[in-house]
This record gives sequence, structure tokens and C-alpha cells, in this order.
Amino acid sequence: RSAGSCSGTLGLFLWHLKNTGIRQIPCHFVQLCRVANDRLITFQYFNFLKRMYVTQCNKDLSQRAKPKSDSVASPFRELQQLDQEKKVIHKIRPISPVHQPLSETSIRNEVREMKSAAETEDSVTPVRAESKEDRQWKEMKLQLNDLPGILARLSKIKLTALVVSTASAGFAMAPVPFDLTCFLIASLGTGLASCAANSINQFFEVPFDSNMNRTKNRPLVRGQISPLLAVCFAASCGVPGIALLTLGVNPLTGALGAFNIFLYTCCYTPMKRMSIANTWVGAVVGAIPPVMGWTAATGSLDAGALLLGGILYSWQFPHFNALSWGLREDYSRGGYCMMSVTHPGLCRRVALRHCLALIGLSTVAPLLDITTWTFPIISLPINLYISYLGFRFYRDADRSSSRKLFFCSLWHLPLLLLVMFTCKKSFLEKEDKGDLLGESHGRAMEIRLP
Amino acid sequence: RARPDKSLRFPRPLVIYLFSNAPGVCKYPAGPPAPCGWGAEEAKRFSKRSGTFPPAHSHNDWIGPPDKHSNLRPVIFYVSPEESPLERRLREARQEAQEKEEFIYSRLKAKGLEMRDETGQKATLNAEEMADFYKDFLSKNFRKHMQYNRDWYKRNFTITYLMGQVALARALRWLRWKKKNS
Repeated sequence: RSAGSCSGTLGLFLWHLKNTGIRQIPCHFVQLCRVANDRLITFQYFNFLKRMYVTQCNKDLSQRAKPKSDSVASPFRELQQLDQEKKVIHKIRPISPVHQPLSETSIRNEVREMKSAAETEDSVTPVRAESKEDRQWKEMKLQLNDLPGILARLSKIKLTALVVSTASAGFAMAPVPFDLTCFLIASLGTGLASCAANSINQFFEVPFDSNMNRTKNRPLVRGQISPLLAVCFAASCGVPGIALLTLGVNPLTGALGAFNIFLYTCCYTPMKRMSIANTWVGAVVGAIPPVMGWTAATGSLDAGALLLGGILYSWQFPHFNALSWGLREDYSRGGYCMMSVTHPGLCRRVALRHCLALIGLSTVAPLLDITTWTFPIISLPINLYISYLGFRFYRDADRSSSRKLFFCSLWHLPLLLLVMFTCKKSFLEKEDKGDLLGESHGRAMEIRLP
Repeated sequence: RARPDKSLRFPRPLVIYLFSNAPGVCKYPAGPPAPCGWGAEEAKRFSKRSGTFPPAHSHNDWIGPPDKHSNLRPVIFYVSPEESPLERRLREARQEAQEKEEFIYSRLKAKGLEMRDETGQKATLNAEEMADFYKDFLSKNFRKHMQYNRDWYKRNFTITYLMGQVALARALRWLRWKKKNS
């Protein structure tokens, strides 16, 4: 655990140092980290980082959680993550300014925030510089060289990347010959649609975002761009994105993309303030991208697409509920209606329920001829493990169990999709059995992905 | 080994429960804008906050650090000497929105939302109590929240639409100027 946290901390430093243009990484740091296991460690060697954070490696979990870094933001909504590359280090965003850096901050908090920051959409600017700049008055003039970074934050580019990867998982699972152009167009279209949806979401939530530590550094909250520019950017991403999907792939995928944008911006975003049902709507939002990938490949909405969507839908709950459990304070401060705030029992029950549903859905996969029977067998251990953690979360209802469940969900989904893909029923196999899918053979090259 | 969840320090929910009782929001003083540069009101506020004047050569708005309690960032609006009526409407709309938000949040802060027990100490609650409180709180103020939401969306759309109109007007003006000069 300390090794993990140390690597996380190291990663944080690497990222920070990279951003501040410092090339050397003194090796003192690593030693310091390993030595301190149950006492306060301060990084005396780095003046500029000394005040950034002081990690306290005790077992105590502090409720005086310091401002949390951006945690998970999901595809089209702040739920889903797909940390497929496992390069958590490179996606870590330094935590937002700590007002009381010497306060009780457990190293596990750090790790959690660092890991959850992997899915963050927000900036990766150095904390120190950021907090200093934060205290100053700034001219509201658009800086062109800052614009790419600002737009990346506005569109939650990392989250968009994860959405695109789920869509490509859907594409890959479709039982048709792999068509590269279609795949690329579908991915691009999905990415653009996701950018548009995320931008509109930020446009709608400016005053609420300014009150939550997780989101108070978003571009619109900080006045780095005007709302007009945000809307124009969203339109210039969304319209070509949907057009690309409709014309370049097929109308069904385009319709799904447009529907998803609508669901996210016009249903999920307002509902966050109205009722806890927003979580279910958001789960649907997260489930649609793989369905889009599937329909992009096959052109039709069949049982396989719905199953894939169902797996992602079920996955959202343990993931988001575990995450929101740790952010209860923030959400309540922001005035959002979240299960973890108002219905904690329901929150944990639903998480457990959907962990178990994942087992069931994995078993249905071979019945629908999507995968072979090895899939439910191989995936059983990981599904059981996440269900076990879900049960622990249900029973214990504390931060450590919620964090365990959250972290598990981060690797569970990519692993599950990977296993699913390796157990995919071969297209050729089906052909041999005389189960032609009606695809013309000369049209596309049959490239079986490894 | 399961650890019991420690008592949560009571966070102050940011809810607009006084919105319906808000007295008239002070509008931007009517009349022609200042001859050039910064409006007197804004300059006063700016110097009160930071002690420095926005630089005279700057023709843009300035945005400041987030307020300690409301977390909103104050904006000083630049008044251009050739401000068109449309631009003036935009500026006034933004000004009004800012003042409204500031008012709401400052009243909120003044009231405070900390639960205190008999001895006046700040009470720490466990998860269940907090959940009950928030459930109660959110349901009691649901209408006010919805009202605030609606108003916020309306303000947001109006201001963005005005920004669009201003941008379009400026673009056309620039094109006309270009044509005249070329």
C-alpha cells in the first residue's frame, strides 16, 4: 500500500516537476518516502513543494478532507472511468491548493485523490503557481496560447478519451469484420459529441461548480473564457460530431449520439439538483457509448449491443456510489441531490445490487452468442471480487470500503472488457457453422484483432 | 477490520433559502456611462478590495479571486467610451447577475447554517444524521432551489444571447470599417 501511494506521490511529483520545467528528480525524495511510514513526512528538499502538501502516513482517516482534486468524471457525465492504459501517473493532476497544508491529511486521501484525478477533466497546472495566481485579479482577455488547454479542460478531454475507448470496445465486440475507416470515424464522432456535451454541462453549472472544491477551477468558473465561447465551442464540436456519425457511419449511431448529448445536458444536469434519480439517468448516459460503437459496426441495435450497454450501466453504480460516498461533503455543499447525501442506505444497496448484476450479465453473454463460455468462467473471479467489495461497502459504510470499491471498479471494467474481447466468439467460427451474417466477403478485410 | 465512520464536520450547504425574501437588487446606476475607462462604482469597489486600480490602458473586464464565503469571483466591468446600447444592456445584465448572486450568497453567509447544540458548540454529526438533515433541508427548500435554478438558467441564457448579439454587431462593424478603409 505504501509502495502504491509512494508511486502515486512520485507520479504527482513527476507531473509537477515536468510542468514547472524542472528536469532533475533528486533521489532523496524516494528515500524519504519509503522511510516514513507512520510519521509525518515533509519534503524539505523541495521548497516549492514544501507547502504543497504534507502527507501524514497514519492510519487515521481525517474528515477534514482538504480540497479534493477533481475526481472521476464519467463519459458524458461524471461517472465512468476507463483507465485502460494503467498509466495513472501521467494523468495525475496535482491537488488543488491546500489551505491548511499541515492539517491532518492521510496519505490514503492523497492516493485516492491522485488516482481519481486520473479521470479528471481539469487542469494539470502546478498547484503552487495556481494558488498564487488565484489571489490576483486577472484581465478577462482571451489568451490564444492558453486556449487549447482551456478548451481541453472545458471539454473534459480525459473523460472524453475514456468515453471513446468504451465506444471502441463496443465496436470491437461487434460480430462483424473490422472496418478501420468506420472505426476511426465512429471514434472521432463520439469524441466530438462527448466534448460538446461536457462543455454544455460546464456552461450550465457555473455557480454550483464554484462552490465545490472539485470543480472550482474550471475555465468558466475562473472566467478564462466567456460563456459565449463555451457555447460556440460546444456547437462546433457537437454539430460536426453528430454529422460525422450520421453521414459517415450510420443514422442510428448519429441518433444515439444526439440522444446521449440531450440526455446528459438536458436531463442529467438539471436533475442533479432535483432528485436522486439523476444517478440512473447518468448510468444510461454512460451505457450508451458502447452501444454506439456496436451500432457503428453492425448498423443495428441487437441484443449484443444492449448487453454491452447493460454491463456498463451496471458498472456505473458501484463506481459512482463508491466515489460519491467520499465526496458527500462536497456534494452537499454544492446543493446536489445525491444518494450518498440523502439516502445513504439506498446508495450502498444499489451499489451491491449492481455488482451482483454484473455477474449475471457476464453469464448472459455467451447465451447471446457474443462470447464463448469461457468468458463467464474467467470473469467470475473479478466479478466476485467486486461483489465482495460491494458487500463490504454495504456492510461497513465507511470511507475505506468505499475507496476500495472505487479503486476496484477502476481496473475491473477494463479487465472485464479485455477478457470479453479475448473470449469473443470468432466471426470465422460462426461462418463455419453456417451462421452467415450476411456480410459480403469482398467488402471488408477480415482483420481479426489480436 | 471495519472502522466506524468518524463524525462528519458539518459543511455549510449552499442553498438559496432567502432568495424569495431578497429586497430589490441595486441596479447599475442609470444614466450615461462614465466618459471612459472604469465606472466610479467599480473603481471604488476595486480599490477597496485590492488597493490598486485596474490599469488605465486595459480595455477588458477584470476578474478577481473567489470571495471567501460565496466562492464567487467578482468582476469589474469595463465601460467603453463608444459603448453601444446593446453593449450597455449586456454589461448591465452581467452586473445585475453578479450583484444578485453576491447578495444571495452574502445573506446566506450571514445567516450561517451551522447547527449548534444547547451549549452553542458546533455539532458534529454522523452520516445518518447528516443524511436526515440534508434530506429535510433539500425537501424544505426544494421550491426555492428550483426557483433559483430557473432564474440562473434564464440569466445565463440571456447574458450569453446578448454576448452573441454584441459579438455579431462588432463583427459587422469591423467588416464595414474594413470595407471603408480598403
